Amino acid sequence: MTPLFTYLCRLGDDRLILGHRLSEWAGHGPILEEDIALSNIALDLLGQANNFLHLAGQVEGQGRDEDALAFWRTDVEFQNTRLVELPIGDFGFTMARQFLFDAYSVHLLDALTRSSHAELAALATRALKEDRYHLRHSAEWLVRLGDGTEESHGRIARGLEECWRFTGELFAADAVDEELLNGGVAADLAVVQDRWLETVQEVLGRATLEVPAGDQGPPPNVRRSNHTEHLGHLLSVMQITARSHPGASW
Amino acid sequence: MPDAEAPDGSQWPLWEVFTQPGKGKPHEHAGSVHAPDAEMALQNARDVYTRRGEAVSLWVVPADQIVASSPSDSGPFFDPGNDKPYRHPQFYKAPRGVKVF
Repeated sequence: MTPLFTYLCRLGDDRLILGHRLSEWAGHGPILEEDIALSNIALDLLGQANNFLHLAGQVEGQGRDEDALAFWRTDVEFQNTRLVELPIGDFGFTMARQFLFDAYSVHLLDALTRSSHAELAALATRALKEDRYHLRHSAEWLVRLGDGTEESHGRIARGLEECWRFTGELFAADAVDEELLNGGVAADLAVVQDRWLETVQEVLGRATLEVPAGDQGPPPNVRRSNHTEHLGHLLSVMQITARSHPGASW
Repeated sequence: MPDAEAPDGSQWPLWEVFTQPGKGKPHEHAGSVHAPDAEMALQNARDVYTRRGEAVSLWVVPADQIVASSPSDSGPFFDPGNDKPYRHPQFYKAPRGVKVF
C-alpha cells in the first residue's frame, strides 16, 4: 500500500462513513425541509467518497474500483476517523459532529486545492464548493441551537462535549502525511488545525457556546485502522446488499 | 389526532420561494418552505427547490407579507377586461417579419 493510496482512502472513507450516518436521518429529520437538507449533504459526501475511492483504486492498480473498496473491505481496513463513525445520537449530536467535521473538511480541502497531485487537487476543488455550503448549514444550526432555548443549548453543548475527544484525531499526522507533505501532495495538518480552531471559536462565540475544555485526543498509538465498536455495525448494514448479491447491478 | 408530543407553535412560519431559472429571467414562484428565520428559509429553499441546478438566484418572502386578491374579488377584479376587446392589440396588422409582440 503506497502512502498515496492510504491518503486517498482516508479522504474517501471519512466521507463515505459520515455520508452513511447522515443518510440514517432520511425520513426521521425534525422537519421535512431539514430531512431533505441532511439527505442532500449525505449524497454530496457519498459523491465525494466515490471520487476519492475511485482515484485510490486507480493509484493502487490492483483492479479494485470504488465499489470494491467501499463494500469489500473489513473494518480494520477502513481509514476513517472515529469521529465520523459514532452513532447519530440526537439532532444536537448530529449537528455538533457535522459542524466540527465541516470546518475541518473546508480547511483541509482548501489546502488540497493546491496539492501537487493534479487529480487530487481537482477533486478537492469540486468537493470544497459543496463543503462550504455544508459548513454554512451546520454553523447556522449551531448558532440557532446554542443561542436558542435552554433545552437546545444543553443538547448542542453536550454534543460538542461528546465529540471533542475525537477531534484531535483529525489532525494527527503520521508517516503517511509526512511523506506526502514533503512531496507537496498532502495538506499540512498543523495549519489546518489552526484554521479549524479559528472557525470553531468564531461560530461557538456567535452561538453563546463554550469551546469544550477537555483533551482532544487521540490516545497514544491510536491509528486510523483503530475503530470504535460502532463501525462494524455500520458496515454490516452498509455492505450487506453488495455482499449478498456479488456483482449485481442496479 | 393531534400529536401530543408536539409543543405549541412547533410549526415554523411559512415562506414563499421564488427561483430565477437563468440570468435575466424573471423570478418565478416555486413553492413554499417552513423556516424559523430568513437565513434558514433561504437554506431550506436552496435544498428543496434548487438541488438539481434549477436556479441561479432565490428569493424567499414571508408568506404573511404577500398581499393577495381574494377569490370573492375575482368578478369585479378580472371580469371587466373580458368584454373590452379593444384593449387587446390584435386589431393592428403586424409588419411583415414580426413574429412575436
